[in-house]
Amino acid sequence: MEAQTTYNYKVVRQFAIMAVIWGIVGMAVGVLIASQLVWPQLNFTELGEWFHFGRLRPLHTNAVIFAFGGCALFATSYYVVQRTCHTSLFAPALATFTFWGWQVVILLAAITLPLGITTGKEYAELEWPIDILITLIWVAYAIVFFGTIAKRKTSHIYVANWFYGSFIIAVALLHIVNSGEMPVTLWKSYSLYAGAADAMVQWWYGHNAVGFYLTAAFLGMMYYFVPKQAGRPVYSYRLSVVHFWALIFTYMWAGPHHLHYTALPDWTQSLGMIFSLILLAPSWGGMINGIMTLSGVWYKLRDDPILKFLIVSLSFYGMSTFEGPMMSVKTVNALSHYTDWTVGHVHSGALGWVGMVSIGSLYYLIPRLYGKTEMWSKELVTLHFWIATIGIVLYIASMWISGVMQGLMWRATNADGTLTYAFIESVKASYPFWAIRALGGLLYVSGMVIMLYNVVKTIAGAQPVEERILPAPAAAH
Amino acid sequence: MDLNDWRALETVLAFVCFLAIVAWAYSSRAKKGFDEAAQIPFLDEPGERHNERGSNHG
Ligand code: HEM
Ligand code: HEM
Repeated sequence: MEAQTTYNYKVVRQFAIMAVIWGIVGMAVGVLIASQLVWPQLNFTELGEWFHFGRLRPLHTNAVIFAFGGCALFATSYYVVQRTCHTSLFAPALATFTFWGWQVVILLAAITLPLGITTGKEYAELEWPIDILITLIWVAYAIVFFGTIAKRKTSHIYVANWFYGSFIIAVALLHIVNSGEMPVTLWKSYSLYAGAADAMVQWWYGHNAVGFYLTAAFLGMMYYFVPKQAGRPVYSYRLSVVHFWALIFTYMWAGPHHLHYTALPDWTQSLGMIFSLILLAPSWGGMINGIMTLSGVWYKLRDDPILKFLIVSLSFYGMSTFEGPMMSVKTVNALSHYTDWTVGHVHSGALGWVGMVSIGSLYYLIPRLYGKTEMWSKELVTLHFWIATIGIVLYIASMWISGVMQGLMWRATNADGTLTYAFIESVKASYPFWAIRALGGLLYVSGMVIMLYNVVKTIAGAQPVEERILPAPAAAH
Repeated sequence: MDLNDWRALETVLAFVCFLAIVAWAYSSRAKKGFDEAAQIPFLDEPGERHNERGSNHG
């Protein structure tokens, strides 16, 4: 059989376009649930229970993390691994299967979650038949990705591929362990674990989903697209290697910070806190490595909106990885836990880091998949950048204020030991901030709609490209 | 030795392993390979092959 001479871009195009579309869907659901907290009529109770906050909240998290984030990761990892290995995808039929399979998973999530079919485990709500489908897709993904690495024409494996690869392996491990469950009917299962052990397995999963899915994988994006867009090699390759291994060795231990002051043994909580504090160092090392890649070419930041997206995403990565270790200190967590502060932290990571690094990378990627070098309108990319930034600031600033306010109100006591405030008073006091959050979210999703328009204009009439694989340069040994 | 001693040992070994990786990354032996690897993103476009992009900081 003749070796394929062009890159497989079709599956990259499919995932890239769907990332934009699922981004709009997932964030629109986010705006809806944010609005439900302010205007309860939007739960549409008269229509049935399907649109209640409790049913749509997991739909939001699944849609933004697995549909938007997932499609962006599939697209960029398939693109980066081919180009940095100078070869086409291994097992292209399996790659096609990952695309269609993943879309089916997303549709099944969109049907089952509003129906109330859920395991009740956060970020792992999908029931066991869907879990099995996810496992099959993930195995296919691993075969395609690592198969491509195995047939690479370069001697080195570029660091971005290390990050993507660790994400694929870690998510496989997390998914299989945390989905250990006993089916009782087609759409109901119970966890194999019980009590505090179940909680620990769940947050070992949950935290490493943050560490390997929402962090390591998007760092893979960062290590390819920031150097590309800046036209400079990564600031320190050596630091990127240390960054990688430090994250790998540390993240797995930090999960207990989600279970402070629970039935989990005290020493486990303290261990989780200490490892969370240690995590600050590699996280900031990575952030500095990304941002300093611009050293010598800072001027490019002035009029390149894609670089703005990428660099601001790194700033939010730095912010949320500073905030996270702080919140894992038990005394701080005593204030922040259960409040909007956590939600603010989540979205500074989600909208700021995950969202912006994906958007920037997609703006780089999409025109190149259609034989162009730039988006149809650079002005619209700039507009998107500012709208998104204002949206994030409104979202997280309002959550910080309401979060700290809630924490202080809940702990306030009178001289005789009774609570100063009834819970409902803290709810009433939160309304203005929830309204500001909804406005911030509306701005952010409007930016995504502008992006879709720009994408449609960019690819309208353009031919999907078949780009020739460039032979790898002779290794300079 | 009971199981918990093995667990403690495993943790210590993981830490030693990490230190070894850091020592290797900062050794001069690794430098040349890192410099080559850092250029990989720029070797995938025809025009860029011969004017490699600046050097990194090690
Ligand atoms: C327009 C943008 C968005 C809006 C308006 C929005 C809104 C919301 C709201 C209202 C909640 C529920 C908070 C609560 O229960 O009090 C939530 C939760 C969540 N959202 Fe978003 N969201 C948006 C974008 C995103 C994105 C892009 C991601 C991830 C990449 C994300 C990840 C999450 C996660 C993980 C949670 C659960 C937080 C927790 O349990 O602490 N969101 N979002
Ligand atoms: C050094 C890095 C980080 C540490 C130590 C950390 C720590 C924490 C802590 C202490 C909490 C609150 C737990 C609670 O009180 O319930 C939390 C929640 C959360 N963080 Fe982080 N964080 C880090 C980075 C990030 C990043 C970069 C993201 C996202 C992209 C992220 C996403 C989340 C999510 C989704 C939750 C909410 C989980 C839930 O309750 O549903 N974190 N994190």
